[in-house]
Amino acid sequence: MTVRDALNSALDEEMSADPKVFLMGEEVGEYQGAYKISKGLLDKYGPERVLDTPITEAGFTGIGVGAAYHGLKPVIEFMTFNFSMQAIDHIINSAAKSNYMSAGQMSVPIVFRGPNGAAAGVGAQHSHCYASWYASCPGLKVLAPYSSEDARGLLKAAIRDPDPVVFLENELLYGETFPVSAEVLDSSFCVPIGKAKIEREGKDVTITAFSKMVGYALKAAEILAKEGISAEVINLRSIRPLDRDTINASVRKTNRLVTVEEGFPQHGVGAEICASVVEESFGYLDAPVERIAGADVPMPYAANLERLAVPQVQQRELATDLCQWLQLL
Amino acid sequence: MRFLSESTGMRIPCYSVLDGNGEIIVGSDYEQLSEEIAVKMYTSMVTLQMMDTIFYEAQRQGRISFYMTSTGEEAISIAAAAALTADDIILPQYREPGILLWRGFTIEEFASQCFGNKDDCGKGRQMPNHYGSKKLNFVTISSPIATQLPQAVGVAYSLKMDKKDACVVTYTGDGGTSEGDFHAALNFAAVTEAPVVFICRNNGWAISTNISEQFRSDGIVVRGRAYGIRSIRVDGNDALAVYSAIHTAREMAISEQMPVLVEALSYRVGHHSTSDDSTKYRSVDEIEYWKKVRDPVNRFRKWVERNGWWSEEEESELRSSMKKQLLQAIQVAEKTEKPPLKELFSDVYDVPPPNLREQEKQLRETIIRYPQDYPSDVPL
Repeated sequence: MTVRDALNSALDEEMSADPKVFLMGEEVGEYQGAYKISKGLLDKYGPERVLDTPITEAGFTGIGVGAAYHGLKPVIEFMTFNFSMQAIDHIINSAAKSNYMSAGQMSVPIVFRGPNGAAAGVGAQHSHCYASWYASCPGLKVLAPYSSEDARGLLKAAIRDPDPVVFLENELLYGETFPVSAEVLDSSFCVPIGKAKIEREGKDVTITAFSKMVGYALKAAEILAKEGISAEVINLRSIRPLDRDTINASVRKTNRLVTVEEGFPQHGVGAEICASVVEESFGYLDAPVERIAGADVPMPYAANLERLAVPQVQQRELATDLCQWLQLL
Repeated sequence: MRFLSESTGMRIPCYSVLDGNGEIIVGSDYEQLSEEIAVKMYTSMVTLQMMDTIFYEAQRQGRISFYMTSTGEEAISIAAAAALTADDIILPQYREPGILLWRGFTIEEFASQCFGNKDDCGKGRQMPNHYGSKKLNFVTISSPIATQLPQAVGVAYSLKMDKKDACVVTYTGDGGTSEGDFHAALNFAAVTEAPVVFICRNNGWAISTNISEQFRSDGIVVRGRAYGIRSIRVDGNDALAVYSAIHTAREMAISEQMPVLVEALSYRVGHHSTSDDSTKYRSVDEIEYWKKVRDPVNRFRKWVERNGWWSEEEESELRSSMKKQLLQAIQVAEKTEKPPLKELFSDVYDVPPPNLREQEKQLRETIIRYPQDYPSDVPL
């Protein structure tokens, strides 16, 4: 099943099960979704539950939050999370903090979803990763699916969750196909929020990643295996709450940690993971934590520059670097 | 080729019922008020005015950290609240506590919120004046300006599906209409045919920004047409006019399922808040004029008295008993314990996550080790 179909089927099933769930965003209806994620939903559920909006992120985000205050369960689509910047006040100040500030009187069961992070050849204002921005705010939950199983299970969990959830998809993953079991295809399927998944077990080094980088980490693990290094790859799935227990348990087993993300390094997801491991598993570390992240520059457009700005899986370089680094200990 | 002029030359007329002496202007159409409602409106306006004076003083004395008055705008909140039902959902800006007062929020509850004590239904989470009551359909106040406007449209969108005899009423000031959210909200409300009444309190000032610097249009009422929204300009200091206009706007919003825009002209007699000294940017004479000559409370009082529904004795009785109640409420609220420690960590999420449970545990352990460093008025 492709990630696109996984998301579409999750939306469809949740909208069918709960009449309070509705979708709102630019191009989600007639156009079937800018990336076709909401294909067929307008025909099936009608314009009251699939709303095409005028172009105002701040406006429709505020409206979504208001609808959530009064008991509806909106799924707000941003054409890309870059545009969520125009609505970030509503996400943070109207959604994330409301339950706390109103002393539990105003809950906000809303989901904000859309593609996040780098795509291909779209430049600086279309390639920013917002995982650490949203994950720094209490009151929000932040999820980042990788596979179709993740996409289905996490989106269903997000829609059912009474708290506001930021759901970070990835444009380049939409078309990728992953095998799915019968359990995943069942309409009650749900993945717990706050639990990471160990995609590949290993004993020499822990690699944490989320979204597209999970695929890269798995490829890197394959290459490392040929060099005799057994890497454990953790798919975070949930950026907030972060599954510190799984990460720390893994590091206590392997004694080495590499965090991978496409976003900018400073104050990134890797920084938080590193702090958590240093705080809780310092004695188990045989080497400093290594962070792999995007270059600390706004994403350039030119294809050659773009390639250099994000992590890549290079056979020779990665394996050699990692071997040298591991041998230094 | 003809360009539409930037202005029609004539200002949109203002709907008014009572003149400056509290007499009905001949020929006005308005909603008749019963004695009971009229007296309740009047006593509520006096209560609001007195609460503002006394609580403002409490801030000056250092007993609460912050306060905002509605002085000069009592009619806009009280008369509107009187024209609405308890099912109508209010999304306020921050100068509308009159609505809560009308709906039954007690003086003691106002004081508790301002002191952030354990009786505050807001659990001490917010700064003073940021009231909220789900029970009274008054959505908790949020500081960023005009964010409540698109939220109101969202609430109306949900309410519409309930098919109730109710609408959403949301407030903003003249300054708030400059925010992008104002544009998005009105546009969306029109497109989604949402039953929401937008009330703009045009009180002439946004902190120190006068309306001449805020916009160049003829106030806010003219903007309604730009969005395809029916609108009216009303004298915000005329309680009868506000009551009638809101009563009618509400009916239109519900029966025709459409948004309505009401611009209520008024004047912000008080400073923006206790953090402001407005004499720095406007003349004391201007303030005094509006305070003495154009006071909405006095104007309405004259009409109520002329109907034989109010007397001098009742006035002194009300003022003296209300003053006592207000001072007592402050004294009690000041001495009441603060909310317990667990409220620091609750309501962040629906279910407290492991990291917060752990932080609370660590905090409690620290308190046991160093009890002398822990404040005595915060229960554990």
